[in-house]
Amino acid sequence: MHGLFAALTLEDFIARTISSLTKIPADSDTLLLIAFLAAAFTHAGLLLGLFGGLPVFYIWLERKVAGRIQDRLGPTRVGGSFGWLQTIADGIKLIQKEDLVPKDADALVFRMAPYLATIASFAAFMVLPISDGWIAVTAECGAFLILALMSLEVLGIILAGYSSGSKWALFGAMREAAQMVSYEIPMAICALIPLMIAGSLNFQVIGRMQSGGFWNWFILHDPFTFLAFFCYFTVATASVKRAPFDLAEAESELVAGFHTEYSGFRWSIFFLAEYSSMFAVSAVAAILFLGGWHDGLGIDSVIDSLFRGTGTGIIEGFSLGSYVANVFGAVVLITKACLLVFVQIWVRWTLPRLRIDQVMTTCLKYLVPISCFLFLAAVLWPLTLVTMFSRPVIAGPALGERALSQQKGSSIDASERLGAAR
Amino acid sequence: MIEQLLFYTFAILTCGGAVAVVATQNVVRMAFWLVVSLGSVAALFFLLHADFLGAAQLLIYVGGTVVLLVFGVMLTASGPYTTIKTSPAEGIIGAAVGIMLLLVLLSSIGGVDWVSVSGRLPSTPQSPFTADSVREAHAEESLVNSGSTKAKTDLAAVQQQGRTVRQLGLSFLGLRPDRNLKEGGANGLAPAYFLPFEIVSVHLLVVLIGAAYLARAKRRAVSEDRVSLD
Repeated sequence: MHGLFAALTLEDFIARTISSLTKIPADSDTLLLIAFLAAAFTHAGLLLGLFGGLPVFYIWLERKVAGRIQDRLGPTRVGGSFGWLQTIADGIKLIQKEDLVPKDADALVFRMAPYLATIASFAAFMVLPISDGWIAVTAECGAFLILALMSLEVLGIILAGYSSGSKWALFGAMREAAQMVSYEIPMAICALIPLMIAGSLNFQVIGRMQSGGFWNWFILHDPFTFLAFFCYFTVATASVKRAPFDLAEAESELVAGFHTEYSGFRWSIFFLAEYSSMFAVSAVAAILFLGGWHDGLGIDSVIDSLFRGTGTGIIEGFSLGSYVANVFGAVVLITKACLLVFVQIWVRWTLPRLRIDQVMTTCLKYLVPISCFLFLAAVLWPLTLVTMFSRPVIAGPALGERALSQQKGSSIDASERLGAAR
Repeated sequence: MIEQLLFYTFAILTCGGAVAVVATQNVVRMAFWLVVSLGSVAALFFLLHADFLGAAQLLIYVGGTVVLLVFGVMLTASGPYTTIKTSPAEGIIGAAVGIMLLLVLLSSIGGVDWVSVSGRLPSTPQSPFTADSVREAHAEESLVNSGSTKAKTDLAAVQQQGRTVRQLGLSFLGLRPDRNLKEGGANGLAPAYFLPFEIVSVHLLVVLIGAAYLARAKRRAVSEDRVSLD
């Protein structure tokens, strides 16, 4: 098990450091409170950096890819010839704009709706592991929790559209509501397939089960998970209302859909929420199907063997090896998620938008039955293999055995941690 | 201390949101305040380390019920903002029911001997990460030293502690590992929730089919059953 602070949480670490520096007893209430707040703000700041930083990159990428697909150059001026700083310039421009509330709008709900969408999107980042040891909240039911949190974003969109007091916004919101209520079903069923294979809702457990080569990834576990990945990705694209499912926005029909009446900062945080949700669903796809923070080529095991035994060095509870492994894992996971986001952008600028009835047909007549069939087939697959070849997987050790060996490894870690804690 | 602070924050948000739901007349504002109230209840569950319950609360009530409520209002509203006016009589009846419920709750809360109950709670909440590993290692040590079945069940109990998702799932499948470990399987398997779970599932299926039947467009000679949603 890798962890930045293998024996200590950041809170413990700060409390001990302060108490050793200032001779205040480590269990005094004020010191614990200070340590808790410092740790909480550090974690929240790191997550906010990710939450705010990735959309800045994705919006630039979107404009650049859109330009290239349409045989243009995209942004070229701000920040060198690649237009790196275009999003920052846009952001500064947007913040300067007047914060308008239309006369017909329900002012309270109109003002709060963007925050609701953004908070829901940000909350999903709390339970999303960026690397094996880097997760803000280790929930035993993380996958369930992230599905619940991501389903809240739609509420902000619906309330925004409804409270705008505008027909365009209302139509956008109604389409979004109809779309989301339907698409949550196949999304949950598709996500259930790898969860069922792993037998856990814990993202860390799911990620660890896919360690080793890329043939251990759940997408290659059986033919049905392979199909389930594409099904999940389609539904996830729809659930973050990206083209060809961007009915809520539909610039060519509804002016700008649910955010027609918004301006300035509130308008821009809708996009912050949208682009970071794109990352969140892609990262979930990467963890559930594509091996999470494991590169699948064995580079992480090389890093592991290089830094094994460097142990706890200068700072108590801090191990360089696990830090490097975590950084590498984070890079791998973010790269995978960014590739999936790139596919979403690519699809947006390639495919035309569906009509609302086509969107509903796609979901209710095709995606729901397909995902149900895939789920059933993925349940029956190991049973069929057991009856025919008397082993639950085609090649390699069964998942249960792999999980057991992982558990043994982690129990050794636990005693090491205990030793360090003493 | 920080738990206390967070508890009071979310408790105030829960109650304030609930009061605001009753006080406002605009349905969509009610929905907004309902989100605040229900979301704070979920936060209280998270504070109590009941992650699964909190997630279920968010998924079912905030993400499901409120979305359906707003959706329904949007589809059926005739004016721009639907408002609900309550008559004074309704207000009195509602207040009477509310006060009676409050009295029942207060009397039942007063009836509990909190001093003896609080003795059963773990005294100091440690950070779960360190606490778990320390306790697990202790249990492992005693298992290695004694090798008794008591130590074995202790280890299993410690490993299960604070991780309720697996237990919940197993108990819906008809297994109660916590009970069975303690009773040693002498009385056979402890009863679990397989039958209630199945009954509820079939019930939901019946409701779903019934709703689909009721909502089905009546077929006419001209196919008008293509209802566009916008």
